Formats: sequence, structure tokens, C-alpha cells
Amino acid sequence: MDYALQTRNLAKNFGGFTATNNVSLNVEAGARHALIGPNGAGKTTLINLLTGFLEPTAGHVILQGEDVTRLGQHQRVKRGLARTFQINRLFADLTVLESVTMAVNERLGLGARFWKPVGAHGQAVEEAVALLDSLRLLDVAHEKTRSLAYGKQRLIEIALALAMKPRVLLLDEPAAGVPTTESRELFESIAALPRDVTILLIEHDMDLVFRFADRISVLVGGALLTHGTPEVIANDPKVREVYLGEAICA
Amino acid sequence: MSLATFDLTPLRRADRWHPAELAFWLLPVAAYLVFPDNLVLLTQIAITALFCLSLDLILGYAGIVSLGHAAFFGFGAYAAGLLAANGIGDPLAGLAVAALASAALGFVTSFLVLRGSDLTRLMVTLGIAMMLYEVANKLTDLTGGVDGLQGIEMTPLLGRFTFDLYGKTAYWYAVAVLFLLFWAARKLVHSPFGLSLKGIRLNVARMPAIGAPVNARLSAIYTIGAAYAGIAGALLAQTTQFVALDVLSFNRSAELMLILVLGGSGSLYGAVIGAIVFMSAHHVLSDMNPEYWQFWLGALLVVVVLFARDGVMGGLRRLSHAAGGLRKGAR
Repeated sequence: MDYALQTRNLAKNFGGFTATNNVSLNVEAGARHALIGPNGAGKTTLINLLTGFLEPTAGHVILQGEDVTRLGQHQRVKRGLARTFQINRLFADLTVLESVTMAVNERLGLGARFWKPVGAHGQAVEEAVALLDSLRLLDVAHEKTRSLAYGKQRLIEIALALAMKPRVLLLDEPAAGVPTTESRELFESIAALPRDVTILLIEHDMDLVFRFADRISVLVGGALLTHGTPEVIANDPKVREVYLGEAICA
Repeated sequence: MSLATFDLTPLRRADRWHPAELAFWLLPVAAYLVFPDNLVLLTQIAITALFCLSLDLILGYAGIVSLGHAAFFGFGAYAAGLLAANGIGDPLAGLAVAALASAALGFVTSFLVLRGSDLTRLMVTLGIAMMLYEVANKLTDLTGGVDGLQGIEMTPLLGRFTFDLYGKTAYWYAVAVLFLLFWAARKLVHSPFGLSLKGIRLNVARMPAIGAPVNARLSAIYTIGAAYAGIAGALLAQTTQFVALDVLSFNRSAELMLILVLGGSGSLYGAVIGAIVFMSAHHVLSDMNPEYWQFWLGALLVVVVLFARDGVMGGLRRLSHAAGGLRKGAR
């Protein structure tokens, strides 16, 4: 099996507290893989370990077959691992196009060019424009990020990650905080993401998880409880007990 | 909107020179004609503007707070002063040496400054400047200590323009250096590098997630800012042919922060306008009342920070927005 992202016996302790407990996760290449679990299950810690924001106490992170456990965040990004954030981390005073162009610049290695203006680096600008077009954000390309509705801002989160041309994309609760009136457009955009990009989705919204994922892993108390297809997970009595409740009978 | 009809003009034109900017750079000529007897003050304004520009690059664009920026100003002043006092009186050679010396100091100390939070940075920059001050104070054989560095003799600029008693050469020299370095800084802030600095200031936590090496960028701009400050210090040493110990003083660092906030940080013109406003106010107010002039300056500062957060430039921007007129070019 071809794995895009793996962890081997990954663990993280904060003092005496075990936030991540011996997690061995396998995300297949091209998968739409969802990571679910109740609050406090350690989802965010796991994301932080995967992206290199935190260093693990033990274990390994393997990205496309390469052990990246000791690499920093931006080095993992260069190797094809991009993420979005649960709470927007955007550039409020930059326009949408400037933000995305900046991200493309970094991927193309243009970020340290200090003489010619941003607009003169045609390849980066064209790519940013095309990306905004694919997310239907061209209308607001010249708007300051801060002036946009929250749902649109969530799309810019995704645009910044896609600008990395990731092989693996971690979506950390992409629909968090988005009012239902704006969520449809967001869900459509997520569903339309290129199939060759492997996606690991962390989400509370079960609707989105079951609509979108072809694999689900369940995290409880820092450890992996189980994993499988959506049907298997929905019918797993252990999962129902700890997390889903009796309400879901997909 | 579709790809075919999308208009890239706002991004492409971001670095165009606005007519208001061209008019602004005629001010030095106007000032020369209107105040021919105040060339010394005008030269000081140009030097302060350059010094302030250097802080703007690191604070206004990259968000690195510093209470010790005089370290680089003073280091450059002593570097150029010592060079000239030891027989190499060529002004441009002095600038180059000062730039390199301050840049080296900036690069080395950047690794200390980049650690930690804003408060840490304030203290580290403050501490470095204090240490440098006392080193200069102690090394009297080299620096003259509190008596200052004397014996600076400049050869003519470009082998042709002698530094005259009226300060004409000094004035045009300082203005020309300011303009060239302003022009370079303007290129820099509109470049991808400059954009990434704004990104770091606006959301440093996001930058690694888009693959940007944050510390390397900050280290680079800190080094460049130090070089700018060093050149400003060198200009002071060369045009006054003297280096006083207070080039390294805390007061100079703090005053610089005040000037930048007054003018509007994060805008290159803010730095220059802040210097003009501050130095003119200083001149006028201290003429009126030599002892208590700082009172009004303090009052002005409080008013600006509370009611016009982006300083003079911010106020101008709002005015021009309201008038629907001039805009982006001047940023």
C-alpha cells in the first residue's frame, strides 16, 4: 500500500499528561481521510505533531516515505505537507491576491527577492490568480482580507494551503465558525479539491465527515480507537459509545 | 468574474511613483531656497529621516520592536569617524565602512533579538545598546569617551565638492544619500521579500505554514536596517566632523521610536515626515522655551497615539480617502 502520511508509535507528553498515546496512523495516497474524536481527544496535538509545530516525545512522522520527525514546519511544507487552521490565521491587511501571491512566492523560492516588485514576478501572480479563480475568489481578489465574510475567509485559509501545491493537505475543522448560510459554498470547494491531493480532515461536523471521507480514524484520549470506512465506523458499537451517540445511523 | 476579464492593474501598479511623491522630493530643493541659513538643521533632518527609515524597515514592516537602534547609528558614526580621523577622509569610503560595520553588528545581534517576544526584544536591544555605550565610554583612547571623537577631516566628496562652512555640500550629500536609500527601501518593500515581511508582521504564526523561513527573513531585514542606521550615523560624523558619545544613548533610540510613531510606522514616508515634524517642532519649541520644550512634544505624542494611530501619514491617508483623491502610491 502506498501511504502519503504515516505515524509510527507517535507520542507526546505534556508533563505527566499524555496528549498523544502511541498513535500509528496510516493515510493512503489520494485518500479522503477524516480524523474524528470527542473534545480533548488530542486531535489538535496530533496535527501539531504532524506539521512540526510540536516535537514528539517519541515516535516518527513519515511523509511520502521520508522520515520528517526532526524537520521544522517550513521544511515539511517544502516537502508537500500543507495545512489550514481551525482558527483563521490570515493576513488581515493584505489583499486576497497579495496573500496568495505571497504564498506562491514562497513555494517557488521567490520569497527572498528584494528588488523587482511583486507584480513583476509573473509566474507567481498568474498562478495565484488561477488558484483564486478555481476557488471562485476572483471577485474579491483586490479586497483586504479583513473586509470579507467569515465563510470567504475560510476559503482563503484553504487557498493559502493549496498555494503550496501540497501532496498532503491537513484541513483542521475547515467549517468551524462558518454560518450554515455560507457553508454550502465552502463544502463544494472542499469536495472539488484535486483528487491527487491526499486529504486528512479533522472535523466536528459529522455531516461533512460522512459526506466527504472514504476513511475515518477515531481518536479517543490521545490514542487511536479504531479506523475504517464510514460504514464500518458508523456501525461500530465502540465508536457509538464514546463519540457518536445513538443519533447517527448512517 | 472570469480569468479573461480579471484586472491585475492594482497589483501591477502598486510600486508606481505617485505624483504626490515626486512633489515630496522637491521639498529638499524648496527648503534649500527658503531656509538657506538653516542648512545645518536641514542636514540633521535628512540624517534623522534616514535613521528613522532604518527603524521603519525593521519595526514598521517586519514588526521587530527595538529600544536600542542607536547601537547601529553610533557604531556607524564611530566607524566612519575613526576612519576619517585616521587619515582616510573619503566620505563614500566612510559610508561603505560604516554600513558594513553596522550590518555585521546587526547580523550577529539579530540572533539574540529574534528570540522571544516583543518585551524580550525591547530588553535585548536596549541591553545591547547600553553595553555598546559603556564600551565607547570606556575606550577613551579610541573614541575620546565623553569628550567625543575629534580630528575628523573629510576630503572633498567625489574628489570635487569640499565640505564648506555654510554646509551646502553637507546638505546635498545627506539629501542625496537619503534619497538613494529611500529609493532602495521603496524597491525592497514592494518586492516579494517586502511582502513576506508584512506577512510576518501581520501573522507570524502562519508564515512557516506557507513555507517561509521566518527567522532568516527577520535576520536579513535586521541586518539591512542596521546598515541603514550605520550610514545615518556616518553621515552625522562626517557632516559635523565630530562624534559625541550620545550617538549611542538610550535617549536617541527612544526619540527615534517617538519620531516613527509620530510620522506613521509601516509607511516609508511616515519615517521621513516624522523626522521633519519632530525636528522642526524641536527647533521651534526649544526656541520658544529652551527648558520645557519637551512638554509639548509629549502632549503631541499622546494625542497622536490615542487619536491618530498611524501618525501623520495615517491622518493624511484618511484625509485623502475622504477627499477621494490621492492614494496608494505614497504607501
